[in-house]
Amino acid sequence: MTGRHGTPPDPGALAPPSDGGRNGTPTAKAPRTARPRTPGRGVPLLLLAPALLGLAFLLVPLLALLLRAPWRSLPEQLTSPEVWQALRLSLVCATAATALSLVIGVPLAWLLARTEFPGRGLVRALVTLPLVLPPVVGGVALLLALGRNGVVGQWLDAWFGITLPFTTAGVVLAETFVAMPFLVISVEGTLRAADPRYEEAAATLGASRFTAFRRVTLPLVAPGIAAGAVLAWARALGEFGATITFAGNFPGRTQTMPLAVYLALQNDPAAAIALSLVLLAVSVAVLAGLRDRWMRTV
Amino acid sequence: MTRSAHRPRRRLRTAGAAAAVLLALGGCSASGADTSGSVGDGPSGTVTVFAAASLEEGFTTLGERFEKEHPGTTVTFSFGGSDTLAAGISGGAPADVFAAASTRTMKTVTDEGLTAGSPSTFVRNRLEIATLPGNPRGIGSLRDLAAPGLKVVLCDRTVPCGAAAHTALTAAGVDLTPVSYEQDVKSALTKVALKEADAAVVYRTDVRAAGDRVEGVEFPESAEAVNDYPIALLENAPNPTAAKAFVALVESPEGRKVLTGAGFLAP
Amino acid sequence: MPETTPEDLGKNPGKRSGPAPAPAAEGLDARLVVDRGAFRLDIALTAAPGDVVALLGPNGAGKTTALRALAGLAPLTAGHLRLDGAELRRTPPESRPVGVVFQDYLLFPHLTALDNVAFGPRCRGAGKAQARALAAEWLDRMGLAEHAGAKPRRLSGGQAQRVALARALATRPRLLLLDEPLAALDARTRLEVRAGLRRHLAAFEAVAVLVTHDPLDAMVLADRLIVVEQGRIVQEGTPSDIARHPRTEYVAQLVGLNLYRGRADGHTVRLDAGPAVSTTEDLSGPAFVAFPPGAVTLHRDRPTGSSARNVWRCEVAGLEPHGDQVRAELTGELPLTADLTAVAAAELDLHPGAPVWAAVKAAQTHAYPA
Repeated sequence: MTGRHGTPPDPGALAPPSDGGRNGTPTAKAPRTARPRTPGRGVPLLLLAPALLGLAFLLVPLLALLLRAPWRSLPEQLTSPEVWQALRLSLVCATAATALSLVIGVPLAWLLARTEFPGRGLVRALVTLPLVLPPVVGGVALLLALGRNGVVGQWLDAWFGITLPFTTAGVVLAETFVAMPFLVISVEGTLRAADPRYEEAAATLGASRFTAFRRVTLPLVAPGIAAGAVLAWARALGEFGATITFAGNFPGRTQTMPLAVYLALQNDPAAAIALSLVLLAVSVAVLAGLRDRWMRTV
Repeated sequence: MTRSAHRPRRRLRTAGAAAAVLLALGGCSASGADTSGSVGDGPSGTVTVFAAASLEEGFTTLGERFEKEHPGTTVTFSFGGSDTLAAGISGGAPADVFAAASTRTMKTVTDEGLTAGSPSTFVRNRLEIATLPGNPRGIGSLRDLAAPGLKVVLCDRTVPCGAAAHTALTAAGVDLTPVSYEQDVKSALTKVALKEADAAVVYRTDVRAAGDRVEGVEFPESAEAVNDYPIALLENAPNPTAAKAFVALVESPEGRKVLTGAGFLAP
Repeated sequence: MPETTPEDLGKNPGKRSGPAPAPAAEGLDARLVVDRGAFRLDIALTAAPGDVVALLGPNGAGKTTALRALAGLAPLTAGHLRLDGAELRRTPPESRPVGVVFQDYLLFPHLTALDNVAFGPRCRGAGKAQARALAAEWLDRMGLAEHAGAKPRRLSGGQAQRVALARALATRPRLLLLDEPLAALDARTRLEVRAGLRRHLAAFEAVAVLVTHDPLDAMVLADRLIVVEQGRIVQEGTPSDIARHPRTEYVAQLVGLNLYRGRADGHTVRLDAGPAVSTTEDLSGPAFVAFPPGAVTLHRDRPTGSSARNVWRCEVAGLEPHGDQVRAELTGELPLTADLTAVAAAELDLHPGAPVWAAVKAAQTHAYPA
């Protein structure tokens, strides 16, 4: 007679699956409820004071802009067709730059997050370089690369008759150059946090790597992509240095709002403030709208 | 942009001056204890000069001479767009001397009562066409700039070189559509230096400063748009003695010689 | 957890029991060698269609690595992998006729249960409508028809497990792999899901390989157990065979036996380290001797006149509750585990360090050749 008394305690209880709680796996045992705030304990002053200072530091300049805005002459300032031309160009170019960033930036982020290749660390560092590069230098670099005489640009000109500086396409490229790293970093981070085993699961179901990326990974990291896209869009909308350096400044073609603001600042600060308010209002409206619609988790 | 006469040696001090400007703009009052010269003596201490970007080469040379002539003095420059500098002065930046690239800009400072005495014109500048080295497109006049296929950049009309170019073009009766209205004269020049544009209408001094990267073409209509460069002592100068001495050097025959060497015209 | 007797385990209604079948054109024939730094997995696996094989072993034994190698998610260092006669060693996972139920299921959180199940058929070329119809059929078979539109986070653990099984089966795999299929469930759900899984595996027409470290799961679900320790197979056989004849300390512990190795001479097995044990079997040569903890009786004084032939002087090393009994770990002449009632433990005044006599009747030991 033998007994089965030796069975160890329920292994499920002893060794929960290592990834059981990740990524909304249905078996996640810990409910994701917010930890209730401990009653009777305030926010420590050492955190509160700098936090409020930080908030004020960000908000006071914006407030000052509102307080000193030439409200009386505002309608007149804003009815000029140039303003709307610049605004429309800004929105079109920022959106196009975001789209371009998505098309080439998301695959780049995937490459950085999901594949191993020599020098990947270096590549990642290079991708983030435009973040630290002064945008004006970025503009010069773009001229040296894609200008009429540039390393690549001379061939574009010679073979296809394409010259990018001083064109709207040039604005889009300049904005993409500056804004795409935000998207890549954001998406790469989300991809790293996402469980790669979902891709394995897809593979065992017959999905090629591309299908797995498109049908599984992409939807899983959609919030991160949305956040990255919004960051990139906002950055592109405010882009000045690289744009004016690479694409120049011509109303209706390459003069975006930041350029219009800067030039107005030279001899008509009131007009500059008025233009800035328009840009602010539009970006706040767009970002708030997006946040409500599909960025709840961000 | 802030530069000092002895660039490598003065980095820190320059940074300090820049910080002082920022502080002053923020509304804090900077007490210039270490910057004021002792009254009655010869010039000493630091003299802070806000000067139009186009004056950079000439003024840097003059700053070095000034320090040599008056041991114990330091000249700190802040070069930039005249309007930006004027805004800084209006905001309370602790500058001693302001040298602007246009009388209109100087007037905004004078109107606020921020200059000591009336400004005087110390040099003038006129326009030239900057072309690629060797002038491959054979540009000889303003009219040539309107040739089809030619990429021309102008300064934006909101900045002095743009306003001057507009005056000259109007005088010449030339209707010109550039590829870009650049935010300042250096950007316009850079576009030609990088061969992205075929020509730009800029100041003579800028063509000179660019060396052999561009070639200058004079044109008669530039006489219609000559820029006067006024210089003034500032009302709230922390170091008026040294400031006065620096203005004197700029206006002296020696100063004029340095500046004309950089392409400026005598007033 | 319910107590199960070995008789139950042995009666697993498997279609086939007994030793591994010879490699055949049909079914699985693999030798999996995976080198990973200091760790090396090297196991041979064969199974005929309809077989359910369980890889049983402690954590880190290499079971999951073996499963990943079978699925194509981990490359083989050496060996071969033939399924129905086709060599799959170089075939990428998406082209292998293999279905996997992952430990925590890995249901795609953004897809409904239906679309999760339809995912495989879609990838394998079915049209959208066709794939969804097939998926609906599978969910229905799993009793989940009303949950077809639910996202995974709305499913209970048991439901998620069934969706995962349906998803793996919907591609009609020739090899079904299950990684700790019940580990993510709480004890009550487990019981219920285990029964359902057993039904589905019994009906599955191709080879199924499951990985578990729970002997009960293995014995209930599989026809054949392969015990893996440190990357190697240490024992292989039917559940009842393994339950009766453990060959390693780990297996003995799993099935709850005290196990010793020694050399038999007639009715006595002289242990390699320790005293001799009297048995009823008549053997000679290397042998194992095993007895369950419940067969051990404990005494304050040396039992005299008892029919027990095996009496050892021991010391209590530890006590812990075990079901409604107390389990005592003993050291001394022969290290062993004994089960006794709480009342008996109190009467004996057992406490760590207490000296006791342990006795086992020869009739309750079991000796077999090593």
